[in-house]
Amino acid sequence: MKPVFMTFTRGDIINFIVLMVLGFLIIPMTITNGYWYSSILIPWLCLALAAVGQQIVMGYAGQLSLGAAGFMAAGAFACFNLILRIPDLPFVGALIISGLIAAAFGILFGLPSLRVRGIYLMVATLASQFFIVWMIDKFGWFKNYDTSGIITAQNIEIFGKSFTSPIDMYYVVIVVVVILTLIAMNMVRGSAGRNWMAVRDMDIAAESMGVSLLKTKLEAFAISAFYCGVAGALFAFTYLKSLEPVAFDIKLSFKIMFMVILGGLGTINGAFIGAAFILLFPVVLNFIGNTVFHGSIDATIISSIEQVVFGALMIIFMIYEPLGMAKLWESIKSKIGFNKKK
Amino acid sequence: MIKSCMRKILSTVSVVGLLCSTMVLPQNSFGAETQYFPVASSRVGPYSAMGTGYYGAQIDYMNYVNMTGGVNGVMLTWQECETEYNAVKTVECYQRLLQKDGQKIVVFDTLGTPGAYAVINRMATDNVVLAQYGYGRTDAADGRVWPWVFNAASHYWSQIGVKLRWMAEIEGGVAKMKGKKIVHLHIDSAYGREPLPAMRKIAADWGITLIEIAIAPPGLEQQSQWLQIRKEKPDWVTFWGAGSGMNSTAMTNAARINFPRTKMMYVTFGGAEEDMVPAGDSAKGTYVVANALPGTDFPLVKNIKDKVYGSGKGNLSDTSRVGTVYWNRGLGAAVMWVEAMRNAQKIHNKVGKAVTGAEFRDGYEALNMTDERLAAIGVKGMVAPFAISCANHEGAGKFALMQWDGKKFNKVKDWTAPNDPKFIRQLVEDSAAKFAKENNITPKKCS
Repeated sequence: MKPVFMTFTRGDIINFIVLMVLGFLIIPMTITNGYWYSSILIPWLCLALAAVGQQIVMGYAGQLSLGAAGFMAAGAFACFNLILRIPDLPFVGALIISGLIAAAFGILFGLPSLRVRGIYLMVATLASQFFIVWMIDKFGWFKNYDTSGIITAQNIEIFGKSFTSPIDMYYVVIVVVVILTLIAMNMVRGSAGRNWMAVRDMDIAAESMGVSLLKTKLEAFAISAFYCGVAGALFAFTYLKSLEPVAFDIKLSFKIMFMVILGGLGTINGAFIGAAFILLFPVVLNFIGNTVFHGSIDATIISSIEQVVFGALMIIFMIYEPLGMAKLWESIKSKIGFNKKK
Repeated sequence: MIKSCMRKILSTVSVVGLLCSTMVLPQNSFGAETQYFPVASSRVGPYSAMGTGYYGAQIDYMNYVNMTGGVNGVMLTWQECETEYNAVKTVECYQRLLQKDGQKIVVFDTLGTPGAYAVINRMATDNVVLAQYGYGRTDAADGRVWPWVFNAASHYWSQIGVKLRWMAEIEGGVAKMKGKKIVHLHIDSAYGREPLPAMRKIAADWGITLIEIAIAPPGLEQQSQWLQIRKEKPDWVTFWGAGSGMNSTAMTNAARINFPRTKMMYVTFGGAEEDMVPAGDSAKGTYVVANALPGTDFPLVKNIKDKVYGSGKGNLSDTSRVGTVYWNRGLGAAVMWVEAMRNAQKIHNKVGKAVTGAEFRDGYEALNMTDERLAAIGVKGMVAPFAISCANHEGAGKFALMQWDGKKFNKVKDWTAPNDPKFIRQLVEDSAAKFAKENNITPKKCS
C-alpha cells in the first residue's frame, strides 16, 4: 500500500493544507452571507467536480467528449430515484450508486472512442447528451410521473441530521469534492493516469507497449462519468434543489468543456480555476454592469455588453495563455515567490 | 527549508486573498424610507422581447410611483439581474437579489415557468412572495398548500379551459367539438407542458382527439412538427411557445403548409406585437389569448408616457413599445406589487413605512381589484377585475381573445371564464393535495 501523499512534493502538501484550512475554517468563519455559499461556492465546487471528470477523459486520456451534462443528468435523476424508491438508503450511498450508474452510461457511450477519434468522437459522444436527457423526459417513471416535469429534490439527510442551510450543504459538497479530487489526483499520478496520458499522446505507441486501449479508454470514460454523475447529483440536490432535464442541456456540456480548456488541459487545478472563471465571470460582469452603470446605460445594452466582454476575454485568454489559466496561476505564484526572494 | 515553506504558504495565501478582495460586494446607503424590489429580467437571448417589455414596464411603473410621491411616502428601490430565462441563472439571481442594504425582497417575479419552479420551494423559508403573473406552477393557486405563491393574472389551466370554450363557441357548441382533432404544439419545457393535465381531461370529456407535439427550445426549427400537423390535419392548433423567433416561425410554417391562421390560438406568452410583426402577412388572422390587453389609451399608460418618458427616465429606448402586450402585462404585475404593499401598510399599521415579506404576503392576499379600484389606478379594462382569498390564489381566472389584423390586435371576446371553473379548481386542489402529501405539508386552514 502506497501512502496517500507519497508522490507529492512538500509544496503540494502545504498548498493542500492551506486550501483545507481556507475551505473548512476560514471561509465558514468569515462568510456569513448565504448568497456566497448557495450561489457561488456550492455551484462552483459542483461544476469543478464535473470539470475534473471532463479533465480525466479529455485532458488526460485525450478523448474529446461532449456529454458531461448528460452524465450529470443521469447522476442527478439516479440519486433522486434511489432516495425516493429505496427508503433506508443513506445519502452518501445514493450518491455513490448514482455515480456508478452514470459510470455505466459512460462505458456505453465511451464505446465509440474505440473506433473514432478527435472531433468525430466528440460528435459521437453528443449522443449521450441527447439520449439521457430524452430518456428522462420521455419516461415519466424517472420523474415519478410529475405533471410539470420539474421535481423537487429531497432534503439531504446524513446520520439522521438534515443538511438544509447553505453552510451545511457547503460542507457536504466540499467534503465530497475534496475526497474525489484527492482520488483523482492520485489516479492521474498512478499507473491509470500514465496509461491515459500514453493513450493521449500516441495511442499506437501506447498499444504497442502493452497498454490496452479498450481498457484504458473505457476506464477513463467510466471514471469521468462517475465524477460527472456525482457532481450532477450534488448540483441538483444542493444548488438547484429541483430536478429538471432542461437544466442539463447541451449548453452545460459546452460550459464544462470550456472550463477544462480555459483552465488548462491535463491539470486538476485547471478544472477548479476554469470552473471559477466560467461560472463567476458572468456574475461579476453582471454585478459591475448593474452597480456601476445602473441608469446611465440602457439595461438591454448592459446585458449584451456582458456577453461581448465575456466572449472577448475568452478569446484573449486562449491567445495569450493557450496552456490555460492553471499555467497563469503558476506564473503568478512564482512571480510573487521570486519577489520575496529578493 | 522552513523559509521556502513559508514562502510557498505566503504566495498561495496572497494570491487567494487578492482574488477574494476583488470580489467583495460594495455597499450603498439611502436616507429616506425605501422598499426594495428585485428585477430578475431576461433581456438577452431568444426571449428578450418578452423580458424587455415586461420588466421595462415594471421599472417604468416604479419610477412613476417614485415621481408621484412613492407608496404613502415610501420610495421604491430596485436592482436588476439578468436571468436569460434560464432556470439555473434564475436561482443565482434570486440569491443575489435576495438582500440589499440590509433589506430583503418581499416579492419575486421570474416571468418564466422554469424559473418559477426553480425557486418556488424557497419562498416559505425566505418569506418571499412569488408573484406568478399569469405563468408558473398552476396548483399554487391553492393558497392552503402554497401560502407564499400567487397566480394573480390567472393560470394556464384556466387559460386552456377558456381556449377550448372559445373553440367550442366558434364551432357552435361543446357538442360539436366531439370528434374534433386539436394539436397542442408546445415548447418542450415545464411551461409548454403546464396546461396538459387540464387539457387532457377536458379533451377526454368532450371527445376531442388531442395530439401533443413538442418543439425543443429555442424552437426555431419546426419543420418536422408542421409536417406532422399537415399529415394529421387537425381542426385547431393550440400554440404554446416562447420567444419571438419561435412564435413567428410557427406562423410562417403554418402559412407554408396552408394551415389557416384563424384556426390557431396562441398562448399569452406567445402572442404580442413582437411575435406577430416578424411573421408579416403570415400572421394575419391568428388568435391570441390575453391576460392584459394592449393599448395606450389607459390613463395610467398615458401618465407614464408623459411623466416618465417625458422626463427621459423611461426604461425602453423604443417608446412605441409602451402600451404593447408585454409592456402592459408588466405594468399589471407592478401595479399589483404596489397595491399589495399599500394593503400591507394598511393592514399592519405601517403607513409610510417599509413592509416585511410576511406583511407583504398578507397585503397581496388582500388584493381586491374591483373595477372601481382599477379605474382609480387608471388601468380599468386592461386587466380583468379580481380578488384573491386565503384559499384561492388565482386572480380572475378570465381571459380575453384578440385577433391580429396584420397591424394591430383587435379584441374579439371580452373577459371569459372556462366553461366549468369549478372543474378547473378541483384539478388545482387535487394536484396541490398530492403535492402536499408527497412533501409532508400540512395545508393551512382558511376560515
